[in-house]
Amino acid sequence: MQQATTAPGLDRSLAERISHETYYQTVFRRFRRHRPGFISLIFLGLMLLLIAVTPLLSPYGPNQITSAFSAMPSAEHWLGTDQVGRDMLTRLMTGSGISLFVALLATVVSTLLGVLLGLAAGYFGGWIDIIIMRVTDIVMSFPYLLLVLVAAAIFGPGMWNIVLILGFVNWPGMARLVRSNVMSLRGVNYVQGSQVAGMPTIYILFKEILPNTIAPVLIYATSVMAQTMLDEAALSFLGMGVQAPTASLGNLLNVAQSYTILETKPWMWLPPGLMTILLVVAVNFIGDALRDAFDPRNLQ
Amino acid sequence: MIRYILKRLLIAIPVLLGITILDYFIMSLAGNPMEMMIGPRITQAAIEERAALLGLDKPILVQYWNWLKEAMQGNFGYSFKQNLAVTRLIGNNVAPTVLLMGLSLVLSMLIAIPAGIYSAVHQYSKTDYAIVTASFIGSSVPSFFLALTMVYFFNLRLGWLPSSGMTTLGTAWSLTDTLRHMVLPVGVMVFSVVGVNIRYIRASMLEIMEQDYLRTAKAKGIGRRRVINKHALRNALLPIITIFGMQIPMLFSGSVVIEQVFSWPGLGLLTMSSILNRDYPLIMGVSLLSAVVVLIANLVTDILYAIVDPTIQYT
Repeated sequence: MQQATTAPGLDRSLAERISHETYYQTVFRRFRRHRPGFISLIFLGLMLLLIAVTPLLSPYGPNQITSAFSAMPSAEHWLGTDQVGRDMLTRLMTGSGISLFVALLATVVSTLLGVLLGLAAGYFGGWIDIIIMRVTDIVMSFPYLLLVLVAAAIFGPGMWNIVLILGFVNWPGMARLVRSNVMSLRGVNYVQGSQVAGMPTIYILFKEILPNTIAPVLIYATSVMAQTMLDEAALSFLGMGVQAPTASLGNLLNVAQSYTILETKPWMWLPPGLMTILLVVAVNFIGDALRDAFDPRNLQ
Repeated sequence: MIRYILKRLLIAIPVLLGITILDYFIMSLAGNPMEMMIGPRITQAAIEERAALLGLDKPILVQYWNWLKEAMQGNFGYSFKQNLAVTRLIGNNVAPTVLLMGLSLVLSMLIAIPAGIYSAVHQYSKTDYAIVTASFIGSSVPSFFLALTMVYFFNLRLGWLPSSGMTTLGTAWSLTDTLRHMVLPVGVMVFSVVGVNIRYIRASMLEIMEQDYLRTAKAKGIGRRRVINKHALRNALLPIITIFGMQIPMLFSGSVVIEQVFSWPGLGLLTMSSILNRDYPLIMGVSLLSAVVVLIANLVTDILYAIVDPTIQYT
């Protein structure tokens, strides 16, 4: 942080503070400077809070049927109701929660898989590397959605299956990323030192190599999560994802396949569509902010 | 060079075999397609007879081997549902998808290349921010939602454009009619891939501009314009080739959703119906076709790399 101490006009106490902060404090300070990213983080936090309190505040259950069918937005139903009389706002919030949950869990699954396989391929090399990388090639040379659709048709649609399917097809990118990072870290002095000192492989992998690839893994994971949200929406829209009556952003949009609803009842499909865009944009911006925050060339 | 191409081809073969094995065995987990036929009027004996006729009573390994043997001879079996050869069904549906994908590919590159390069050359300018933000938001829009919105405005509200099929039913084929049918699906498809492309080209271009040879070119004092046109753009060919390769699987995936919304009579629609009907031979055929296309795209990318970049050692 040479700039922090020499930049003219910089408050001395600030410079002092910056030079004493921990790595993650630096990262957070830089993250905050990325305005769209920081706003997205607040927005996402706020949405999670709203989703959490929806069951307490809403007078309707997400699957509860009221007497108003296909009602326009009104004082009782702020976003109207669907064809069977369920409150759209309650379903929108519940559905957003489910979609975020599915995307987060699938991202965790694929990140774990990708990191483990990438570590193994990059560190051990040889035939382990060859096999893992060939499998990666195979999974990657499938048109992604086709693979997901076939898998969903086979294992049956449903929330937990979608989590697993999206998790299991999304790891190759992560595995490649981790592998190339590990391969460059393998030659670094402290790793070679530990090898010479006879440290256990597990220790070297998880205590020395993994912490140094956390930044790219986190950044990549946000883009996987954004993609997973879009895929869940597409799958549920096609009827192969989260199944009714459970609401998700994609299956709320399912009704819009009917032109009558598309034309005359925009309150049924516009809010879930816009919500999907907002959430995905927020996740993407957070990823972008993380990229800036972790970038060692960033001297702010 | 020829050795390099041959070597790449040889590597592609085990990958392709792996794909067919993965495909076949995952599908065998799906359960029997005969389940779809079970009804009150069909006797157990009739089902067994039909299963034997289709070879479904044999062990899965034997089934796979039989399929593979036939596939080597260009016979991909018959669709369970429609009793037509898989190759013929695919052949009937391939042209509309090629049309849709090809036009989208060309248009998206025509937009992404200048936008990405402009954005990189004018990094941190207002236009750069606008292009990057737009591409970010653009790639966050679910393509089916965009498709629905387009249908809502341009078909239902304004009535300007047709929203389903390739031709207007009951009229003689005309070029303008088909072109009008293409506007919405192609538009949505271009929109859904162009954001990623712009960001990729921008990032690669920025990387090129940081290279030593560009600093040298600048130091020679030949002027900014010539530095960019002569030294930077030529090197931007590599990322552009990469994007062409990357696009193919993306467009394939996109076509499944977009063809569904716009009832476009192509491979995507065929795929969706084969999946819903658990039509094994047809699913196998479509997945294999898409995998082959992707592998060929990768191969062509690698070969073009070797041609464009003389520093790549192809041995």
